[in-house]
Amino acid sequence: MYETLRQILRVGIRSEPPPTPAGDDVVVRRLHDDILRTLGRALALRHVDAGSCNACELESQALSNPYYNVEGLGIRYVASPRHADVLMVTGPVTKNMAGALRRTYEAMPEPRLVIAVGACASGCGVYGPDYATVGAVSEIVPVDVAIPGCPPSPVALLQGILAAVSASAAKPR
Amino acid sequence: MNVAPLGLVAAPLAGGVPAQRAQVSSGQLLTACRLAWENDGRLVALWASDERDLHRGFCLRVVLEDSDGLTLLEHTLRDDRSRYPDLTPIFPAANRMQRATYDLLGIAAESDDQRPWLWTQGHATHAFPLRRDFAPVAEMSDEQDEYAFVRVDGEGVHEIPVGPVHAGIIEPGHFRFQVVGEKVLRLEERLGYAHKGIEKRFESMMIDDGARLIGRVSGDSTVAYAWAFAGAVEAAASFVPPARARWIRALCLERERLANHLGDIGAIGNDAGFAFGLAQFSRLREDVLRRNQAAFGHRLMMDTVVPGGLSRELAFEHVHAMHDEADRLARQIVRLRGIYDEHAGVQDRFRNCGRAAPKLARSLGLMGLAGRASGQARDIRCDFPSAPYDLLDVRIATQTAGDVWARVAVRFDEALESARLIGIITTALLDPATMGPVHASGPDLPADRISLGYVEGWRGPVLVALEIGEGNVIRRCHPQDPSWCNWPVVEHAVIGNIVPDFPLINKSFNLSYSGQDL
Ligand code: SF4
Repeated sequence: MYETLRQILRVGIRSEPPPTPAGDDVVVRRLHDDILRTLGRALALRHVDAGSCNACELESQALSNPYYNVEGLGIRYVASPRHADVLMVTGPVTKNMAGALRRTYEAMPEPRLVIAVGACASGCGVYGPDYATVGAVSEIVPVDVAIPGCPPSPVALLQGILAAVSASAAKPR
Repeated sequence: MNVAPLGLVAAPLAGGVPAQRAQVSSGQLLTACRLAWENDGRLVALWASDERDLHRGFCLRVVLEDSDGLTLLEHTLRDDRSRYPDLTPIFPAANRMQRATYDLLGIAAESDDQRPWLWTQGHATHAFPLRRDFAPVAEMSDEQDEYAFVRVDGEGVHEIPVGPVHAGIIEPGHFRFQVVGEKVLRLEERLGYAHKGIEKRFESMMIDDGARLIGRVSGDSTVAYAWAFAGAVEAAASFVPPARARWIRALCLERERLANHLGDIGAIGNDAGFAFGLAQFSRLREDVLRRNQAAFGHRLMMDTVVPGGLSRELAFEHVHAMHDEADRLARQIVRLRGIYDEHAGVQDRFRNCGRAAPKLARSLGLMGLAGRASGQARDIRCDFPSAPYDLLDVRIATQTAGDVWARVAVRFDEALESARLIGIITTALLDPATMGPVHASGPDLPADRISLGYVEGWRGPVLVALEIGEGNVIRRCHPQDPSWCNWPVVEHAVIGNIVPDFPLINKSFNLSYSGQDL
């Protein structure tokens, strides 16, 4: 226990401030406000791998490491689509995952946002429509924000989440 | 393997690992497999190709490994009515490979288990994607048929289906548990959700496009796949890339191993309720990835290893930085290992959990890091070291307990070994003797040639089999992930454990879905 605490002290806090989307740091500072105004609480994400190569997953997982510390921003991954505000989808949507993706989306309460994560999910990756894949996520469910990159870096992912939340906050309701 | 006693003539195959190739009848195929098994050999890969356009029918290919190297056995089937012998009595792992071969090509083994493995249209429509005359059926349903899971009957037995969408950020797969109370009586895996037609995509691709695609078969092993592919291309052209490129390839491969092991040790700790482990190790992993970004322009080093060498130079400042980083990392890993070892709660969850005993591991063909945790002392870097590993003297890490604890222990040892190797490699890279170009263009590739690339990735051996056609075009490329052989062992390792321990056990193997579903 002593060693564990010592290590925690030695390492200290490594979390970094959230990134600036395209040089607009006012938006960054409003991240929390935006989330709260849009949803009235923390942001709940649901992740669906619709056939990715797993690299998009690795970078999504990295969001939880101490540097990006998304939980500290009020963002967390939830175990059920019924608790989710945002659906994050990776991969070129294989035919074998299309049904599961559609059902996950339908199980989410409104208002719901969909983020296509990575080049494949956005429809411009190395995997596109063929006998086994449908292609872009937008072929199956409506997409609010598409994040480019193969895979997108954690910073790009954060910017994408922010863009989705801001866009939805701006929408008249 | 000496195949002469079987009446076979073997031709040597070029490449980093000693390999040979032989044509076999169905009888000889079985005898060769049996002989390999008796001599401590293992099944590495099984796939097939449509060669009717070359008037050779279908060709079934099997790769075996023993202490002499790789043996590629080729068995020709005149048409899709002929069957080939079922290899599962000798190598149980052949089961899913044989079924996938049917789904893709419509040629079957003489086996009782003819259930589909991949959902292609094959079973329903008799349109097989890897046939050269394949035309996709316009309307394909995206709903799967009912799969014939094996069920357990008895009082109080019930079934728990899990997946393909999971609570965490992981790949898609379905697990069907038969349980009584909390205890698992049986687990059956259903994979194939990530099947995206990779092998079809390779057909008719130029080599350069193929190099990009191979790095995205399994994103966590992009360097291993890229190197295996480059190795196969270079072997086909009998071309040896520049020495400096080979040193940097090893540097990338060890950094990939290190990053994955760090991530896994943290995540496995987290699954045992030790969030501290995840926080600490995910931070170390992030440090490695950021250095990769700075040095190679990509956090996971995708597209860095290419046929002919590397796609970019490595600046000296990064070599220095990686050298120091390796030292620092090793010290941190040792310190954190002490904390894991002394944490009673973690040790309690790790010990005797998800056990695959060495005997089971051997009979099912468990390979790679999970194999080494179950007494299977195999590592390509030690058994068939090709440059620069012939100069590195890699120390193999093994355990015999075969439980979660052993798989974590092997990861700790290998992470430290990778850090040590990075230290040696970076020192070598600063030596004037290793200066030189990192890329050279090879000669044109001879057509109608098959070649193999074989690399010890962080998860285990990665094989890439490449057939080249006219004009530097890929005719067929088959990547084989170690997960094919390891997934069935997970089904055995969970028996008798409680359902809530499954995520921990599964993570301790951390097998690939995409790499196997293709
Ligand atoms: S975008 Fe790139 S990293 Fe993401 S799934 Fe596609 S190939 Fe993999």
